[in-house]
Amino acid sequence: MVNLILSAAGAEAQHMMPPAWALLAYLIAGILFILALRGLSSPASSRRGNRAGMIGMLIAVATTMLLKAPVAPGQFLPSPTADDLVTLGQIVAAISIGAIIGLFTARRIAMTDMPQLVAAFHSLVGLAAVLVAAAAFLSPAAFGIVGADGGILPVSRVEMGLGSAIGAITFSGSVIAFLKLAGKMSGAPILLPLRHVINLGTLAAILGLVGYFTQDQAAWVFWTITILAFAIGFLLIIPIGGADMPVVVSMLNSYSGWAAAAMGFTLHNSAMIITGALVGSSGAILSYIMCRAMNRSFISVIAGGFGADASAGGGEAREQRPWKRGSAEDAAFLMQQAESVIIVPGYGMAVAQAQHALREMGDMLKKAGVSVKYAIHPVAGRMPGHMNVLLAEANVPYDEVFELEDINAEFAQADVAFIIGANDVVNPAAKTDKSSPIYGMPVFDVDKAKTVFFVKRSMGGVGYAGVDNDVFYMDQTMMLLADAKKMCEEIVKAMAH
Amino acid sequence: MDFISILSIFVLACFVGYYVVWSVTPALHTPLMAVTNAISSVIIVGALVAATTGLASHISAARWLGLIAVVLASINIFGGFAVTERMLAMYKKKDK
Repeated sequence: MVNLILSAAGAEAQHMMPPAWALLAYLIAGILFILALRGLSSPASSRRGNRAGMIGMLIAVATTMLLKAPVAPGQFLPSPTADDLVTLGQIVAAISIGAIIGLFTARRIAMTDMPQLVAAFHSLVGLAAVLVAAAAFLSPAAFGIVGADGGILPVSRVEMGLGSAIGAITFSGSVIAFLKLAGKMSGAPILLPLRHVINLGTLAAILGLVGYFTQDQAAWVFWTITILAFAIGFLLIIPIGGADMPVVVSMLNSYSGWAAAAMGFTLHNSAMIITGALVGSSGAILSYIMCRAMNRSFISVIAGGFGADASAGGGEAREQRPWKRGSAEDAAFLMQQAESVIIVPGYGMAVAQAQHALREMGDMLKKAGVSVKYAIHPVAGRMPGHMNVLLAEANVPYDEVFELEDINAEFAQADVAFIIGANDVVNPAAKTDKSSPIYGMPVFDVDKAKTVFFVKRSMGGVGYAGVDNDVFYMDQTMMLLADAKKMCEEIVKAMAH
Repeated sequence: MDFISILSIFVLACFVGYYVVWSVTPALHTPLMAVTNAISSVIIVGALVAATTGLASHISAARWLGLIAVVLASINIFGGFAVTERMLAMYKKKDK
């Protein structure tokens, strides 16, 4: 079997070897993509990296177009026929339509909506992969994957089947993730009976059909693989609850990469393979980081069902314990007297659109000589790094923003911990209470700060996990019960006096 | 290129990806996702191959699929890079 594949691939290599300059150009594009990710190691070099990525893409597209340009023997310049010019027109039109939609969306999108946008973009990559795989199936000669017997090379059939399947899963999965993130579909998990059996059965059927595809190049095999993959993408994501969406978005990011890599194998294109591998690893690592930050295993996220009834947990069992209510004036006074304040923002802060008011409060404190730092939990937003973008948008300098591991030791020395829109990520039960659903999740040690201000809408609601939080009832805690934005504005006003 | 050479490139690129992505600062994980989104649209290379098959006057099914894929990938390329650029422009240092 392997021998058959290898010899077939070898025979084909003589058929379609692009010229050396094109191979080098694709390699350069691949390297520029690596540099684009490398640039993100610090905000200072990140924009240079992004430009490298753009140049890489330009090189990849230009090389492909030049390879298609007809050059008569002995001539250097292309000598296009009328048909070639029409083709060029069609492609320029297609790219222009995409460019207009893409640029328009990129300019208009609100930073809070970034997770939905990324999910929508993933779905497009997935669908594009399916279309390219289908085109390769319909016109194998154009892709140079026809074997000596006139059929599609067996190895290419595997690549094409897998590419189409991964693309289809990415597409339908991302559409569901998009609908859930955009609030167009309930974030609550939808649990079908026997879903694990159905899912595993469908996956097995897809793999079996890909195997069978090497023996029989029938159209029904290709289309059944694709349709089953659309279905499994849908089935995989509907049971996953809203709280796990950061993992899902990262996972689909990974899939979109593997889909591109599979098509790169079909086309023998190094730029596509390098990119696919980069994106695939990137998404996989981000999923791992998100799972670790929630202390959940990847398998349990995929199995779904988490966050089914977020409010049921704490409700009745909760005893009434005494807590203190603070005012904006108290907060303003104590924070201005403090030497150091650590602000812990959560997604509730972004929902209330309090970023700008919060930053203003931070600025006032800095003017009063207070050291102000922001502490970000990896799952503070709706996707990896989301909170950092939201703070950056509000003009919070990035060197005042710290990750969990880097700042957690500082709470013991901090005068004030100011928690706004976060809950589970500061819950000490994660460290002490083995029966808690969030046990084991890394949390901020806000209980070690001298004073804690907890901005919250009311005492009723609890975080995603639905567990009570001991921080509310500590001696040094003052609850600031109000809308996050209004509270920040009132504190700013009180400090101005 | 034979299958083994391609596989070698792929496996090596996975290792490069692993080390490069771990060196990305967590503060930039959202831009990382946006830019990986943009570069995975390099699948446009395959879409262009499909969109140039056959004759322009007689648009085959493969050509149609290719042209639609070019539109989808272009949305992603332009949208992905532009939104990354927009986000990265917001990251500023403390003014001293």
